[in-house]
Amino acid sequence: MTDQNSTVGQSADAVAPPPPRDRNWADAWRELKRAPLSAKFGLLVILVYVFVAFFAPVLTPYGESEVVGPAYDVWSDARPLGTDNLGRDMLTRLLFGARNTVGIAFVTTVLAFLIGGIGGIIAATLGGWMDQLLSRVVDILMAIPQLIFALLLLTIFGTSISNLVIIIAVLDSTRVFRLARAVSLNVVVMDFVEAARLRGERIGWITLREILPNILPPLAAEFGLRFCFVFLTISALSFLGLGIQPPTADWGSMVRDNATLITYGDITPLLPAGAIALLTVGVNFVVDWFLHKTSGLKDEH
Amino acid sequence: MVAQRLGLGLLTLFVVSLIIFLGVEALPGNAAEAILGQSATPETVAALERQMGLDLPPHERYVKWLGGIIKGDFGVSIANSRQISELIGVRLANTVFLALMAAIISIPLALVLGILAALHRNSLYDRAVNVVALSAVSFPEFFVAYILILFLAVTFGWFPSLANVGPETPFWDRVYRCFLPAMTLTLVVVAQMMRMTRAAIINLLASPYIEMANLKGLSRARVIVHHALPNAWAPIITVIVLNLAYLIVGVVVVEVVFVYPGLGQLIVDSVRTRDVPVVQACSLIFATTYVLLNLTADILSILTNPRLLHPR
Repeated sequence: MTDQNSTVGQSADAVAPPPPRDRNWADAWRELKRAPLSAKFGLLVILVYVFVAFFAPVLTPYGESEVVGPAYDVWSDARPLGTDNLGRDMLTRLLFGARNTVGIAFVTTVLAFLIGGIGGIIAATLGGWMDQLLSRVVDILMAIPQLIFALLLLTIFGTSISNLVIIIAVLDSTRVFRLARAVSLNVVVMDFVEAARLRGERIGWITLREILPNILPPLAAEFGLRFCFVFLTISALSFLGLGIQPPTADWGSMVRDNATLITYGDITPLLPAGAIALLTVGVNFVVDWFLHKTSGLKDEH
Repeated sequence: MVAQRLGLGLLTLFVVSLIIFLGVEALPGNAAEAILGQSATPETVAALERQMGLDLPPHERYVKWLGGIIKGDFGVSIANSRQISELIGVRLANTVFLALMAAIISIPLALVLGILAALHRNSLYDRAVNVVALSAVSFPEFFVAYILILFLAVTFGWFPSLANVGPETPFWDRVYRCFLPAMTLTLVVVAQMMRMTRAAIINLLASPYIEMANLKGLSRARVIVHHALPNAWAPIITVIVLNLAYLIVGVVVVEVVFVYPGLGQLIVDSVRTRDVPVVQACSLIFATTYVLLNLTADILSILTNPRLLHPR
């Protein structure tokens, strides 16, 4: 790890112009072709989900919460997956769910990385009392199980999408903080950071230009894992009826609303749950491959 | 070392209780207003506040709240004005029963699977188990639960899909009714424990004394079970205890799926009605269990490692 960081560090810090863009793309393409089957499968899954998320309204003739027929209608040509508990088209809501559920989880993860990543780098760069303060706060936040803490905070602040995003982002940023701090500590002691300090660069420059580029690979892998975790947490909360609220189409709440069908042997309610599972498996496969490629970093959960 | 860790654990518990208490302080309005509703006059609110002790300053109330909890008095629910300790009692026992049952099934299973995977490293079995484990970690709990319901309860009808147990349900009937929820929890935690067991053993297989054992001509199984396993206990115990901590939390979703009358169901219902004292009480119980289990994991890993037990 130290090895790799130092080589990456020197190349990032060098004055030489960056390699031309198209060579980067060619490299990436070659890597991709050599990727194991599981990683290719994972990438394909992610691409399909992103496509569906962007084009959901075009892919279906019905509206997101439009009532199109009787409740719990069976699968038919007009409505391939039948209707849900209120007579809304199941396939339509499944497609829109890609946009809502995945979108919200993505925004939450980005927010968690902004909070945790910046906090972690600052703690590692400044050290001293700032590091102590931030680290102890994170220790305390991590002492309470995440789901329970989220439930407590949702009771206090009420259930809304913005509250949900902020609460989960803050709670999840603790793990990002730990990782960002740990990998930054390895970089902070390098000579090129010392040189930047002696040049009199400001803390913002050191953080963004010297440290950040060198800790990106482990952070990128962590982004995948944290996304899965956030995605599962939000789905669990929605399933409990405390996350994304109706009439927004969301996979967790769709399972909850239609769960009765399972007792009649109908698998329709399993589809949104399967959609969640498929995406997390896909992301995990890609992250696994990425970790293998970049470093010997182990995943924690 | 152990004493220091114990002290730190107690401090954590104190801070956690403080957070749970203070979080509620941040609420606009208070419990008295919530109970009396919109139409309450300021006088009735003030009277109820006095009766509930809400007119005291925060630190005195915190001491009173914590003192009450230590004696088993969690206060009164806003939603139905019942004693919270009464609501919690049976449900806590139910939740502990379910978590224990899952633990009793999953721990031996994970150990055996992990040891077998280490024994037949890189075989087809090893790789298959790994893929299944990786997938199981990424499935949402309710997905696993509903798949089990679909197959074992609906298609074959072997087990009930609802785990409705009462206080007078006989023991074996209770075990039977809890089988599917316990199975769900097992599937969710076994993967992690199994992977850790395998990794801990494989880590040791490179050490010289294992090579010595191999050179003596001992069988592979004997080398792993008698030579590698004793030294792998520390990380394995840690991961087992951490997974027990996870069980306590994972129980929330599973209880809702199977309509099991446990603490998880209670906290979810209370969050929905914003019954703050009940959520507070449940969070405190969950958080305390979690902190204590994490503490146990730390202390066990110190106790099982002579190098940590006698630091230079």
